[in-house]
Amino acid sequence: MLVIPRWKLWTILGICFFGMVFAMPNLLSPERLQTMPSWLKNTVNLGLELRGGSYLQLEVDLKEVAKEYLSNLLDETRLNLRKQQIGYTNLVVESKGTASPSLTFLLRNPDDAEQATKVLRAIDSGLTVSVENAKVTAILSEQMLEHRNRSIIEQSIEVVRRRVDESGTKEPIIQRQGADRIVVQLPGIEDPAEVKKLIGRTAKMTFRLVDSATPPVVGAPGSMPYKSAPLGTEYLEEVSHEGQVRYLAVKKQVMVSGESLIDAQATFSHTGQPAVSLKFNSVGARKFADMSAQNIKKQFAIVLDDKIISAPVFQDIIPDGNGQISGHFTVKEANELSLLLRAGALPAPLKVIEERTVGPSLGADSIHDGKIGTVVAFILVSIFMFLCYGTFGFFADIALIFNLILLFAGLSLLQATLTLPGIAGIALTIGMAVDANVLIYERIKEEIRAGIRPLAAVDAGYKRAVTTIIDSNLTTLIGAAVLFEFGTGPIRGFAVTLALGILISLFTALSLTRLIIVLWARRQKVLALPL
Amino acid sequence: MRRLQLVPYNTALNFMGFRFITFAIAAVVTLASLTGLLTKGLNYGVDFRGGFILEVRMPQSPDVPQLREKLSALGLGEVVLQEFGDARDLIIKVERQEGDDHAQENAVDRIKGTLGAGVDYRKIETVGPKVGSELVQNGLKAVAFALMAMLVYIAIRFEWQFALCAILALAHDCIAILGLFSLFPFEFNETAIIAILITAGYSINDTIVIFDRIRENIQKYKKLSMGELINKSLNETLSRTTLTATTTLLALLALYFFGGKVISTFSLPIIIGIIIGSFSSICLAAPLLSYLNLKRGEEVKE
Repeated sequence: MLVIPRWKLWTILGICFFGMVFAMPNLLSPERLQTMPSWLKNTVNLGLELRGGSYLQLEVDLKEVAKEYLSNLLDETRLNLRKQQIGYTNLVVESKGTASPSLTFLLRNPDDAEQATKVLRAIDSGLTVSVENAKVTAILSEQMLEHRNRSIIEQSIEVVRRRVDESGTKEPIIQRQGADRIVVQLPGIEDPAEVKKLIGRTAKMTFRLVDSATPPVVGAPGSMPYKSAPLGTEYLEEVSHEGQVRYLAVKKQVMVSGESLIDAQATFSHTGQPAVSLKFNSVGARKFADMSAQNIKKQFAIVLDDKIISAPVFQDIIPDGNGQISGHFTVKEANELSLLLRAGALPAPLKVIEERTVGPSLGADSIHDGKIGTVVAFILVSIFMFLCYGTFGFFADIALIFNLILLFAGLSLLQATLTLPGIAGIALTIGMAVDANVLIYERIKEEIRAGIRPLAAVDAGYKRAVTTIIDSNLTTLIGAAVLFEFGTGPIRGFAVTLALGILISLFTALSLTRLIIVLWARRQKVLALPL
Repeated sequence: MRRLQLVPYNTALNFMGFRFITFAIAAVVTLASLTGLLTKGLNYGVDFRGGFILEVRMPQSPDVPQLREKLSALGLGEVVLQEFGDARDLIIKVERQEGDDHAQENAVDRIKGTLGAGVDYRKIETVGPKVGSELVQNGLKAVAFALMAMLVYIAIRFEWQFALCAILALAHDCIAILGLFSLFPFEFNETAIIAILITAGYSINDTIVIFDRIRENIQKYKKLSMGELINKSLNETLSRTTLTATTTLLALLALYFFGGKVISTFSLPIIIGIIIGSFSSICLAAPLLSYLNLKRGEEVKE
């Protein structure tokens, strides 16, 4: 019993020492922390509800993208069906309920089914086509949908990140969640309205020609023109700051799209108006030069998310891929627009489905109260253990201190996020951490009552308690692992704290207190245990 | 120095003797909880139903009834106004508005307008209804999987009889806690799920310590009847059971009284849960074992 191998002694002391080192940054002031080497900079990551800030959960409208994709195939389908002389009616894209959108049409002659299928497959090999009672239905195949959706989410995250970064938010966290969600955490932001406005816009920009043969329609904002636009064009609202809006007939064909932009900056036009300067890549520049050369003195439209932000006239050929939009912007709007254009268009509309904002005062209060609660819990449990077990209780208290130190070291190293339930979890750890010691001490007491000599009793007590401790802790550890795997958000955070707490209390109870007891026993040369 | 001794070391409480009383208590608790769950359902928080919550600190103590009237007059549907700790602190809960994000923002703005200037907005939450129902489903699914994994471990490490009794005790705990959330004005939200988890985790820990002793004693005392054996094991582990429950409750009480408003509302159900969990492991799980034909040492030899 009294012999502990030297390597074991040093391992235990080493773990305790490094625990203290890695927990220490949490005690430093932010200024002092800056001067520490990078491996010592990790502190416990406070959740937004503790440090204040905004949390947004966004849903990517994947269905809308699939619908748009199929809608783009309509014209080609129409054309090819005619070419093959297949009679059809009711060619539409359907998107109802939760089912994935589909392109459908009715065959005039059901015998054409095979050929119609061929036509569709030739247009897009990623379509799954089925025919039932002369009704042809094409949907995007499972694999293609999956593949596309994955890249849409990744791209959306990228765009959101660029937009948030450009808006100057410090340390934002942008993560994918589940199949179609993005979580954005903005520490320190108290009013997420600005950021939401930035994130919520698709920012798809196109340059299109205005149909000069169709006169513009004037109406109240939001009221679409009653008459339909000529084939190949559509009425789009022109943004202005007056009470009325103009609707211009704009060609559907896109001459140049925002994808060929390489830069956008807020600037001022030669008349001193706020404007946005654009720079295109070589392909875009060439297209822009062609477009301007062929349409000199004609009006074109700069369309952003189905709204015309500016409808200037080509005065000259624009050869070098540099352009300028001077709409009816304020300086702020020009800044915002240039930011959106720089960050790129979102591949799919995003919807805010959850929003939480915590002011800094509440977070600070929660930390303050949480600290006090934890300290009181620690003091109460320590006194109680001492009252019950005397010197041995004091040993358990030392183990408890290291339990907390190691927990903070672990949380700092793992960069796990500490949330409110996490604080409760820590306090609970204090209560439960002594359990292993209680189990051991009670066993030792039993051995002594059975008439076994003190040191032998300590040895036997440890040995007998180990199975129970392992059984009970391993069960909880398995539970924590499953929770981490299937849980989300706070539940996951709780699982990490729980698992860490269990591993650490196993170490402190089985190794650290044992070491302390051995060292103490050697010095005392005891005959009676102070239990 | 005299040590504090919660339980004398040589207790001989006849747990098996009053098992019918404890079984009856458990049955009543379970029935009451199930009735509450089936008739009243759970008191879902805004997290689950969708809607928004504002936690505000007013510049001075407001006239709550008057404010409630003013906010109700906004026509935003049901508006709940709760005083929260300090007289200046209020929680305002509003159901989800029809329409899109703008409708929600608009409603928040109108509330802000009604409250006036100088208000510290400590927390604003808006949740869509879809997120809410997903939170419950995912949370409960995670809990169910975790419990199943623990039971599989028990079945492997012990025998199936132990796992069965642990399931029954755990089911009792979970139903009782859910009943607590249904019958009393505790809001059922994501932290409530964590409260259930902590209770279940504690309870199973407690149960295993007792089962471990029963398993050990089965080998040791081959002549003892099952009832006597369970009684003996319970008495031997009683001082540990009470000590650990005490330290855990001490920590939770510290949180309840000093941990701030949010944490204290979170710790109260856990405090009750620890008591329920301790009860179920001593008075349900272990006595139930006597009804299942456990393999005794002698039988193994035969």
